[in-house]
Amino acid sequence: MKPFTNFESRMVPLPLNNIDTDQIIPARFLKTTSKQGLDKQLFNDWRYDAAGNPNPEFIINKPESQGVQVLLAGDNFGCGSSREHAPWALTQWGFRAVISTSFADIFKQNSLKNSLLPIEVAADVHAELFAAPAGATVKIDLPNQTLTTPSGRVVTFPVDEFSKHCLVKGVDELGYILEQSPEIAAYEAAHPALINALA
Amino acid sequence: MPRTIMPRTIIEKLWDNHVVHELPGAPSLLFIDLHLVHEVTSPQAFQGLRERGLKVRRPDLHIATADHSIPTSDRSLPIVDPIAANQLAQLEANCKEFGIRCLGVHSDQQGIVHVIGPELGLTQPGMTVVCGDSHTATHGAFGALAFGIGTSEVEQVLATQCLLQRKSKSFQVQVEGTLKAGVSAKDIILALIARIGIGGGTASVFEFTGSAIRALSMEERMTVCNMSIEGGARAGLIAPDDTTFEYLAGRPHAPKGAAWDSAVARWRELATDPGATYDRTVTIDADALEPMITYGTNPGMGVSINEALPKPSEVSDPMARESITKALAYMGLEGGKPLVGHPIDVVFIGSCTNSRISDLRTAAGLLKGRKVNPKVRVMVVPGSQEVKRQAIAEGLPEIFRAAGCEWREPGCSMCIAMNGDQLTPGQYSVSTSNRNFEGRQGKGGRTFLASPLTAAASAITGVVTDVRTLL
Repeated sequence: MKPFTNFESRMVPLPLNNIDTDQIIPARFLKTTSKQGLDKQLFNDWRYDAAGNPNPEFIINKPESQGVQVLLAGDNFGCGSSREHAPWALTQWGFRAVISTSFADIFKQNSLKNSLLPIEVAADVHAELFAAPAGATVKIDLPNQTLTTPSGRVVTFPVDEFSKHCLVKGVDELGYILEQSPEIAAYEAAHPALINALA
Repeated sequence: MPRTIMPRTIIEKLWDNHVVHELPGAPSLLFIDLHLVHEVTSPQAFQGLRERGLKVRRPDLHIATADHSIPTSDRSLPIVDPIAANQLAQLEANCKEFGIRCLGVHSDQQGIVHVIGPELGLTQPGMTVVCGDSHTATHGAFGALAFGIGTSEVEQVLATQCLLQRKSKSFQVQVEGTLKAGVSAKDIILALIARIGIGGGTASVFEFTGSAIRALSMEERMTVCNMSIEGGARAGLIAPDDTTFEYLAGRPHAPKGAAWDSAVARWRELATDPGATYDRTVTIDADALEPMITYGTNPGMGVSINEALPKPSEVSDPMARESITKALAYMGLEGGKPLVGHPIDVVFIGSCTNSRISDLRTAAGLLKGRKVNPKVRVMVVPGSQEVKRQAIAEGLPEIFRAAGCEWREPGCSMCIAMNGDQLTPGQYSVSTSNRNFEGRQGKGGRTFLASPLTAAASAITGVVTDVRTLL
C-alpha cells in the first residue's frame, strides 16, 4: 500500500443519505475476477442513461468534477453489501477521501484497507461543506487528523491509531498479522478445531 | 481471594473466547472458527495469496459454494453468461489449488452460503463465522459471532485464520409477547429496521432476546439475524437454547456422542449473564406487530401493511426530505396513501432471508388449491439442494407449479440479480429478500420487501395484499 500523503482538493457533492454500495457499483458488475477497471462502473446507474450514454446532469460526469479527490456525501455512506469493489471503484476513479457524518462499518473497514480515507464530521461542518461555493477546496492532514474547510476552519476527525499508522506508513495489514504467527499457533494448540470441513 | 467476575453479555463472551493476541495501539487479533467462501468476493483474495506466495493456513475451517452468479435454470445446460461461467469455474479451480472443499455448481450440497452452513451443521454456537457477504449475520441465530467482511479480509482469513477487529457496542433488541396470525419473523426484523433506521445499529452487534424470540424456530431466527446488517449492525445473534440444540443434533458436522454432550454443556454457558448490561436496548411488542412492507429504496423505509406512506412535506431535515422524495419518485409512489392494492409484476420467494424449507412450506400452504394472478410472474427459488430435496419429498413443487409459479434451482437469484434473474425497468416486485436498493433486483426495478406470507398473498391477488384477508 502506498503511504497516504496530505492533500488539498475540490469536492464532488452528492447530497443524499444512505448511499449504498449497490449504487456505488451495481452487483451485475461483480462477476469480474479482477480488482481493476471498476472506475467505469462507479455510480453506474446514476451515471449513464438506458443507452449507456453519460448523463450530463450527474455530478460525476460534469467537467468540474474531473480530477477531484474528495467525495462529499450524506449520512451513513456505504451501507449494504460488503463488496470491496465499492472502495476499489472509488479509488480507481480518483477519490482519496469521502466526507460524511457517518459510514457503514464494513465499508469503512474496506476503505481503510485501500487508502481511501473516510472522514466523519459533525452535522454543522457537514452543512458548511455542502454550502461552500462551487470550486472551493478542503485540506486534509491525516497525521494531525485535521480537515480545513473552505472558510479556513480547522476541524479534527477521528481515525483509530492503528489505521492511521497503516495509512501514513503504507503498512499492509496482512503482513502485520503474519508477524503474529507464533501467537496464532499457540491459540490453535490450546483450541482444538470445532469442525473439519474437509471431512 | 475470591475474584469478582463481571457479568458479561454473550457478545463479550464470544469476543473473549476468540482473542488470539492484543498489542497496544492495535485492534485485537481474533481467531475465526469458520469461513464461508463464494464466487464473487473470493477470486481477488486467492489471487492475493498467489502473488504473496501464501497458502491457506487452515483448509479444514473453510467451505466454499457457488450461489451469487449461478443460474437457477436447468443445471445440466451450459452457463450462458461467459463472465459468470468463468467466475464459477475460477471458484472451483481456486479451491482445488488451495485445498478447500467446494460445493460447486454440480454438487448435491450446493446452495446459498448462509443456508448450507447451518444445514450441514458447520455453523455452531460459540463460533466466530465470517464470509465475504454482509448477510453472514444469519449464523448469529446459533449464538455465533458472525459478520460480513471485505475481500482484503477474506485474504487475511485464508492466510492466517485471523482478523484484526475492534470491539462493537452491544445492542439488545428485546421482543416480548406473541406474534398474531399472519405476522412472522420477517415482520419482526422489518419493524426493527423501520424503527431504528438503516444506520441505527452502526458499530453495534444486536442480541435478540425476549419471549417472542425464544418462541421462534431456528429457521425463523435465521431470518431475524440475517437482516441485522439492514439495521446497520455488522452482526446479530441469539443465545443458543434447546431449540438450537434440537436443530443441530445429528447434522453431518455436528459433534457426536460424548463430544455432543460436552459441546451442549459448553454452549449452555454462552447465554448473557444476569446483570450484564448493554450499550443500548430497544423493546418491541410482538403482540402489536402487523405484517410489514417496505415502500422505498432502503430497508428502513418500511411501514405496516395498511399504514399510509410518509409525505416528504412532513419531513423537516432537508437532506432526509430529498432522500425520501427521490425514493418515492424512483418507486413511482405517492406519500400519504398505503401500499395495499398496488399492482405488482413479479413475486420472488427465495434468498438467504427466506428460502428455507419452512418458508417454502408457508408459501405453499397459502398457494395450495389457489392460482396466482396471471399477470404476475412468481419465482420460487429454494435456498439449497437439500431444501429442494426436502420440498420435493413433501410435494411442494407440484403445489407451486399447479398455482402457476416457477420452481427453480438453488441460488441467490433475484435477490441480487447477477445471474439473469431480474426485473425489467419499472417492474414492481414483492420480494422475500433483504434489499430494496435502487436497481438491486435489476436496473430500474422496484422492490417491496415482505414476508413469504405477504409475498404469496400478493402473488394470488396481483396487488400488494394483507395476507390476513386470505387466512
